[in-house]
Amino acid sequence: MVEQASVGVPFWILSVIVLVSGFMVVSLKNIFHCALFLIFCLTGVAGIFVLLNAEFLAAAQVLIYVGAVCTLMIFAIMLTSNMTSKKIIQTNHNAMVAFFGCMIFTVSVVAMLWITTRDGIWHMATELLPENNVLVIGQLLMTKFVVPFEVVSIVLLAAMIGAIVLARGEKA
Amino acid sequence: MQYYLILAAILFAIGLFGVITRRNTIGILMSLELMFNAAIINFVTFNKYSLAEGLTGQMFGIFIIVIAAAEATVGLAIVLLIYRNWRGIDSDNYSIMKW
Repeated sequence: MVEQASVGVPFWILSVIVLVSGFMVVSLKNIFHCALFLIFCLTGVAGIFVLLNAEFLAAAQVLIYVGAVCTLMIFAIMLTSNMTSKKIIQTNHNAMVAFFGCMIFTVSVVAMLWITTRDGIWHMATELLPENNVLVIGQLLMTKFVVPFEVVSIVLLAAMIGAIVLARGEKA
Repeated sequence: MQYYLILAAILFAIGLFGVITRRNTIGILMSLELMFNAAIINFVTFNKYSLAEGLTGQMFGIFIIVIAAAEATVGLAIVLLIYRNWRGIDSDNYSIMKW
């Protein structure tokens, strides 16, 4: 049986990092600082993956999100550079509605989780994850998930070509 | 298990708040990344605690990361194109696709 009760100090540290920097991402005025806090937040999520025995996913998170996607965001922010000045207001008029909607969402999900945990209706795993994660993931990618793997690579190729075509513009 | 799920729910709500309230399109894309990460945390958590046979949740996490990378690529290309045509990327300004 997997241990359920305690999550330990690293979980609390990482979740504080993730939530605080995530809140900074959506609330700061300067969009460039938001991108830097997004890097913090995604690195914290990678730490959460390590706690959940998903080492390969943590490495992929650091490589793809922190290394590629955030760099792409920062490039786009710099290319649209007149948007980063502090005078421009970054939020629109429905901030209060959105705040209350998200609070209702959070409270309802937490209440649902609390009730279902108290009643004990979750199906709990009776065994641990396999020890050698990366080996099993590689074998699954070549056997059971080979069709989604190929499809997702075609999607990535199509997105790359589409981005080039879109960003090249009319004149070339 | 429920601590991880609550963390993912709060992260998803933060991302949703960002998507609704941001005017900058790049800010909307960054908030979308937060929502994707909340979904991946849910997948990996259920894979560890609720269905540990095989690594299906982690496989789905990898696929979500790939799809998010493709989405960010196309989204930022569209943002650059809009910036070139309108000289601004506020999402309130380009509403020509509304009817």
